[in-house]
Amino acid sequence: MAGVLTDREQASGSVGATAPGGAPSGSGSRGDTPAPGRRPGRLGRPGRLGRPGRGMSRMRRNDLFWAAVFILPTLLGLVVFYLWPVVRTLLISFTETGPFGGSEFVGLANYRELFGDARLWGTMLNTLKFTVVALLGIPVALVIAALLSTEGLRGVRIYRALYFLPVVTMPAAVGLIWRTLYNGDVGVINALLGLVGIEGTNWLSNPATALYAIAAVGIWLSLGTQIVIFLAAIQGVPKDLYEAAALDGAGRIRQFWSITLPQISPSVFFISVLAVIGALQTFDLIFVMTGPTNPAYPQTETIVAQFYQRGFVENQQGYAAAIALVILVVIVAVTALQFRLQKKWVHYV
Amino acid sequence: MSELATRLPRARGRKRLRRNHLGVHAVLILGSVVMVGPFFWEVMTSLKTLGETLTVPPTVFPRSPRWSNYGDVFDTLPFGQMFWNSTIQTLGRVLGQLVLCSMAGYAFARFEFRGRGLLFGLFLSVLMVPSQLFLLPQYEIVSGLGWLNSLQALIVPGLFSAFGTFLLRQFFLSLPRELEEAAKLDGANHWQIFTRIMLPLAKPGLIALAVLDVLWSWNDLMWPLVVNNDPTKMPLSVGLASLIGQFSVDTTTLMAGSVLATLPVLLLFVVLQKQFIQGIAFSGSKG
Repeated sequence: MAGVLTDREQASGSVGATAPGGAPSGSGSRGDTPAPGRRPGRLGRPGRLGRPGRGMSRMRRNDLFWAAVFILPTLLGLVVFYLWPVVRTLLISFTETGPFGGSEFVGLANYRELFGDARLWGTMLNTLKFTVVALLGIPVALVIAALLSTEGLRGVRIYRALYFLPVVTMPAAVGLIWRTLYNGDVGVINALLGLVGIEGTNWLSNPATALYAIAAVGIWLSLGTQIVIFLAAIQGVPKDLYEAAALDGAGRIRQFWSITLPQISPSVFFISVLAVIGALQTFDLIFVMTGPTNPAYPQTETIVAQFYQRGFVENQQGYAAAIALVILVVIVAVTALQFRLQKKWVHYV
Repeated sequence: MSELATRLPRARGRKRLRRNHLGVHAVLILGSVVMVGPFFWEVMTSLKTLGETLTVPPTVFPRSPRWSNYGDVFDTLPFGQMFWNSTIQTLGRVLGQLVLCSMAGYAFARFEFRGRGLLFGLFLSVLMVPSQLFLLPQYEIVSGLGWLNSLQALIVPGLFSAFGTFLLRQFFLSLPRELEEAAKLDGANHWQIFTRIMLPLAKPGLIALAVLDVLWSWNDLMWPLVVNNDPTKMPLSVGLASLIGQFSVDTTTLMAGSVLATLPVLLLFVVLQKQFIQGIAFSGSKG
């Protein structure tokens, strides 16, 4: 495991660079890993046989053969099930499914319809709200990670496991659990609020609260991941920085603001990129917690839920494909914006 | 006297430290209650009678645990079959990815050939595309093969992973090359070196990938929802979600079903806690 851990530490050290979770970190992620294979002159390569030219080409051909054997199965699978589909989705987005199946070319009609579709704009707005609320989980994760890094604190491993529990739980089950908790009449949340004299509502069917109630569950779900990554980052901060600060009379809170936060800002950036990409694709929780019969559905439906609805329920593949491309554009644009903004607040040491 | 004088402030310092920890523990315990409380409530509800779930204010503990709620799950859903489907889906994807990704990852880490950088870039580009761009054509392909409502529909597209290849390539890069070179001098070919020397060394990386795949496959919702609508071919995630719209299904049954559906991965987490946490920390995301 040590190897993976070091790689991950590298990743959080030069964040964004190796963000395999789907972060479009662009060209940065390609060149950053040293490729020891390229080191020249290992293995006495030119001329094990004493004849540099022929020996080399024979070996290289040999390598090429084995590379093909090792890579082709995965390459073929990726081309068929992942790379070709991206092209195909683009093509589908220019078509419309006829009433008797079959599809015809309609040019940009789907895109034109899409831009005038009030419902789609509604889902876009909902998705953005989800994303903004999701970001509020990051400070919470930071505070918990900072508390867990208290020197000499007991039970850190137990706390970490407990906070991590939702991460390993099936989102469909999580949705069911929170539906019971949020229930307006017999839910435990309203009962607890009643104890302090607050009258709750029917959280998931009240259009004013449903989105925020679901987004809170989203935070609850991903807190564990964020804490674990922040913990590792905080452990990487040089101890002498704290000692120096303590000598200067800085308290714990001051140390957190002036040392911990700037030092781990690359990890904070990494997490915020992942959180945004995840939130922009919110689907499972919506699907389980509201659903089309819920009066608050228009206020919670996300763009991915709308993609699912059009593509697989209403049989409008062309329109759904156009939505998929809009999702791609939104994710790329928002991530690019984050990379631009990071220069203002991320400190690379 | 002087001894006492020096000891006193230190003792006070230690006490203050401990009191600080008390505050830290208070906050962390409160947080733990929020994190674990919903699971506690889930288990309690799964053991109540329907009447007990409807009382205001709610009672915490069931008067006497009603284990038959768990039996009801099997009457409401082909639960055993769904459990089996989830298991096959997960095992199939995990084993397939371990074989295919370790091979591809090893090749990218160790073989030199023209176009390697380009090809690897192509693999990475798959990582950066949101999954919605794959779904419609994947559905077309699987449907064209006549695989709708089948177990291979759940497994086959998940056999290939750019992420797994990336993860294992990183792992192989971190391993020393000396052993391979020695084996090469002894006349071993690439396949022998890979299976006999490198794979055993790469065990921690393989476990990390396996753990992530278990998590993602077991919990996957959208893909199985799209391809399999026959209840006997659904995995548990879809089976559970399908219960929601049905008014005849009791909360107690739903909670019992949720407990059963989450238990396998939860148990695995208890056993392989370190691997789960490091795997997630490496990948940084859940999907």
